[in-house]
Amino acid sequence: MSARLLLAAPLILAALPAAAQDHSGHGQPETEEPAEDHSHHAPTKKSAPLVLPPKADPPAMDHSMHSMAELPEGPPPPEALEGPEHAADEIYGADRMAKARATNHTTHGDMLTGTLMAERLELRIAEGHEASLWDVQGWYGDDIDKFVVKSEAEGEFGEALEDAEVQALWGHAIGPFFDLQAGIRLDLEPETRSHLVLGVQGLAPYMWHVDGAVFLSDRGDFTARIEGEYDQKITQRLILQPRVELQLAAQDIPEREIGAGLTKVETGLRLRYEIAREFAPYVGVGYEAKIGQTAEIAKAAGEDPDGLAFLLGIRAWF
Amino acid sequence: MTLPQFSRRNFMLGTAGIAASGLLMPAWARGESLTHAKQGYGEVSGERIALNVDNHHFAVGGRKGHAIAVNGTVPGPLVRLREGQNVRIDVTNNLAEDTSIHWHGLLLPFQFDGVPGVSFPGIRPGETFTYEFPIRQSGTYWWHSHSGLQEQAGHYGPIVIESATPDPRYDRDYVVLLSEFTPRHPHEIARLLKVGEHYFNRQMQTATEGDMPLKERLMWGGMRMNPRDISDVTGDTYTFLVNGHGPMDGLEYLFTPGERVRLRVINGSAMTFFNVRIPGVPMTVIAADGMDVSPVEVDEFQIGTAETYDVIVTPPAGSHALVAEAMDRSGMGLASLTSHKGHRATPPPLRGPVTLTMADMGMGSMDGAHGGAMNHDAHGGMDHLGINQGGGGAMAGMDHGSMDHSMRDTSKLPPDVKVGPGLDMVSPMPMDRMDFPGLGLDNVDHRVLRYTDLKAARMNPHRMPTRQMTIHLTGNMERYMWSFDGKKFSAVTDDPIRFAYDERVRVKLVNDTMMAHPIHLHGHFFELVNGAGMMNQPLKHTVVVQPGSTATFDVTANEPGDWAFHCHLLYHMHAGMMQTVTVRPFPEPEKEA
Repeated sequence: MSARLLLAAPLILAALPAAAQDHSGHGQPETEEPAEDHSHHAPTKKSAPLVLPPKADPPAMDHSMHSMAELPEGPPPPEALEGPEHAADEIYGADRMAKARATNHTTHGDMLTGTLMAERLELRIAEGHEASLWDVQGWYGDDIDKFVVKSEAEGEFGEALEDAEVQALWGHAIGPFFDLQAGIRLDLEPETRSHLVLGVQGLAPYMWHVDGAVFLSDRGDFTARIEGEYDQKITQRLILQPRVELQLAAQDIPEREIGAGLTKVETGLRLRYEIAREFAPYVGVGYEAKIGQTAEIAKAAGEDPDGLAFLLGIRAWF
Repeated sequence: MTLPQFSRRNFMLGTAGIAASGLLMPAWARGESLTHAKQGYGEVSGERIALNVDNHHFAVGGRKGHAIAVNGTVPGPLVRLREGQNVRIDVTNNLAEDTSIHWHGLLLPFQFDGVPGVSFPGIRPGETFTYEFPIRQSGTYWWHSHSGLQEQAGHYGPIVIESATPDPRYDRDYVVLLSEFTPRHPHEIARLLKVGEHYFNRQMQTATEGDMPLKERLMWGGMRMNPRDISDVTGDTYTFLVNGHGPMDGLEYLFTPGERVRLRVINGSAMTFFNVRIPGVPMTVIAADGMDVSPVEVDEFQIGTAETYDVIVTPPAGSHALVAEAMDRSGMGLASLTSHKGHRATPPPLRGPVTLTMADMGMGSMDGAHGGAMNHDAHGGMDHLGINQGGGGAMAGMDHGSMDHSMRDTSKLPPDVKVGPGLDMVSPMPMDRMDFPGLGLDNVDHRVLRYTDLKAARMNPHRMPTRQMTIHLTGNMERYMWSFDGKKFSAVTDDPIRFAYDERVRVKLVNDTMMAHPIHLHGHFFELVNGAGMMNQPLKHTVVVQPGSTATFDVTANEPGDWAFHCHLLYHMHAGMMQTVTVRPFPEPEKEA
């Protein structure tokens, strides 16, 4: 054993506090060790020639596979806590090692990263009019906490935007598949209005990507939205995506022509082709319908409460 | 290109053909920096070795990009040593960032193990760091950067240590170093794994591909798991390399019929498990992770990242394809083992994609053969699933709602496992799968190596462990989080796994994920508890823990210091699947006996 130890630690020992214990016999009372020298432990010993065992079967297949239950599970023996907290500090200096450990935090777990995705950059062609739409989302952060931005806008093609909003949210992982999101939403159109936002976003069973939130406006109005989408691969690059969005209001909001209850349903079916993962043009159909009181308000104003549109768009991200 | 004929003791190199023509003089010897790194490597040996780490370009298989090359080649030079010698290795860092070299599988004083923040501070730009240690073993190993993601960029190479005593088992000796090259920056790959859903996977089940019945597809979808999640990074961005050469480069290993050829197969990849075979030529495995095992003849073996296997082949005259197929079947590394210089072997086609099974979900074996070994503790949780009876048919009838619940029953975890967003699954009934040949190889009609085939050639001392510990391998596929016991390395750098010096511990690894993880302990060899019997348990430095399964090893903690312990899939380690193992106290210097 002594030869092995000398080989194992030719340099460090001078720098380390002497541990005045002989551990060569440690932990052995409970073992079934035969009275043989440890020098048979093959890789740690070079000075003694290794003895090849006879090619016979291993001696009496022991029950090592089944003995787990007999072994105690628990903390290591107390001497395992002796000595320096970080062994390399004694050799290379505590400062340099502390810096290296700090670097390890970013290179072994605390990576910051982000992405920006235009889920829908879209032209909606319906009878009599064409509209354009964007639906963009991005985040930057670590595994647990993220800064999230979302923006959606829609308007008649070539004209001013009818609806436009941007959200700035803090996202926090609350489970393996979902983030809680809280922050603010600012509507730029049809008129400037701000909201508090509380929502969840993540992956629901059966691989539905879900995003739901409630909004409290600066006028005290409560509204909510929930949307879900699912990617059905037809081939590795051709993907059919059903999408559903529901909008709700807790009260009438006359200036936005909204009545309390379920206010609007949007459904879409988009077929995209991933030229690259990050760039996929698509075609699709979308059906939107105002519901309930909101539909009545629209009808009273002489508008069609629902409509079908042909969709052309691009899904892109980096 | 051809490897020239060598006598047995003239060691073979990956690109010896180039080396012989003198083009492969190391960069340091020419005193200049290369623009393009060469494919393959030279050789360094002796008591004093110099390695220079530089930025380069590299091109292979139509892909080109940035590389970090050592001595101007990818892979870096073969470090050839002899058991019993001392070595001093000067590593000069010519990068703009810190670097390091870890000597994978070597027994050495911890402060020369080369892991920044664990065993040393790292090598700063412009600095030369000198490693110095005695060579206490023989066999096949490798070296690589342990800094950031540099290993992916080419910062790795083989190590061969010749035995102090003559080895009569072979006539010819070759290194087969398997790896990958990607034109993408490794940090970009890390980002895409975090933000893109299966970005590199081009073998997903689709409406038009895959045999899985709808009911089973729904079950996988209900769990939010992907049964084609075999490899995170694939041939979509990787060109698979043999000694730095792509599959179209025509790398040749020459032999004379009748010769016994030793192939030292090293998986030096960042993220790829390889299925290695030479169709028509059986292989006799003689060593695993550098340590001799009782010879076992197979037709194919799967080699996990960072493992090594030495095999002896005696090929008949002709040209034979040496195939290193990526486990997910997205590509292959290829060379020709030939007795006719210039004759390329015809490679077999890639086999079809691999699909995970119930066993990979930690649902135990569903074929009934292992029914008796099922963990009966789990029955309380399993009854409502209706799969108590075993049998593949039962699973289709499972209730999806409770299935989803039971796949993350955190009450099955010990209290030291942190339950949080980083843990998306708990294996309900994990079983030891040492007898599993590897994903995709359980149904081939020839002999495939299993861990249960490995028996140490030299007897280990018979010594029972005095303690056992369980470590859970945890992760979240969707968020690309990976950890031990639910805690990333960044959270536990001051809370290591502690072993007392010379303590013998039985460590059970429980894989609560659906990926195979190659788990590597630095500075030690552990013994796989594979049924070979205590004295013949094979010594390894890396063990593959199959998806949803357990693997157990015994380790005698006889190397004092701080050691890294991690998943050797580079991006898993980067995501946090790493820990420090401290072995204390340092033994008192003993007087020479």
